[in-house]
Amino acid sequence: MKYADYIEMKIPAKPEFVGITRLTLSGIASRMGFSYDTIEDLKIATSEAITNAVQHAYKGEEGEVLIGFSLHQDHLEVVVSDNGNSFDFEETKEALGPYTEKSVEFLREGGLGLYLIETLMDEVKVHQNKGITLFMTKYLEGEQVERDAETIST
Amino acid sequence: MNISIDVQEQEQQTTIKISGEIDAYTAPKLRETAFPYTEKKETNLVIDLSEVSYMDSTGLGVFVGLFKSLNANDGTMKLVGLSDRLKRLFDITGLADIMNINSGSEGGV
Repeated sequence: MKYADYIEMKIPAKPEFVGITRLTLSGIASRMGFSYDTIEDLKIATSEAITNAVQHAYKGEEGEVLIGFSLHQDHLEVVVSDNGNSFDFEETKEALGPYTEKSVEFLREGGLGLYLIETLMDEVKVHQNKGITLFMTKYLEGEQVERDAETIST
Repeated sequence: MNISIDVQEQEQQTTIKISGEIDAYTAPKLRETAFPYTEKKETNLVIDLSEVSYMDSTGLGVFVGLFKSLNANDGTMKLVGLSDRLKRLFDITGLADIMNINSGSEGGV
């Protein structure tokens, strides 16, 4: 966390503000040098996290979602936090994943959000307290390769 | 940062062209507009996504809902004009194996 630049925004827990966060994120990520495709991945993962907070955490009540961006030299950490009524993250995650069921009538209509977050980000951590805080990390491509190479050589 | 939905009803098929972003805010609007067409018997629904600049799981959820409704009413659904980005979203969620998806728009619209 040391030496990172930090940007924070707080939005009302309403779906119409999710897109505004995407605009901010695009600006930050492109400034850091992320590729077009990675920026799109970041936009989806972050939107999913905020959408979760908006839809599950408050259930129609007024609330706010806090979004923090930690800009590190080799990675970006996005933190999405709500202080609403949390759902059981692990339990929810267990029940989700890609579609494998071929029978159309049993297809789920929601719940892909967490799966996409885990698929599109490099690291995801959850802190569950009064609400849910999601920490999502994405490495700049070159750095990621180097990091992997180091891990292999040791 | 909005969505526009254009519906064209023809004899053989109904085409819905979506432009803009599909997210938590616009997905309900899309569902509302498109769903009634899926409840008619034997509808061939073509959804043109070539002008969609952003989509996440809320959009996938809408398409799953439409797909299920069409199936229940002996209809079909075809998604056309998907960018590589959108195609990838359907691939990693496993929906590409279940739905009829064509990247690049079909002729004869």
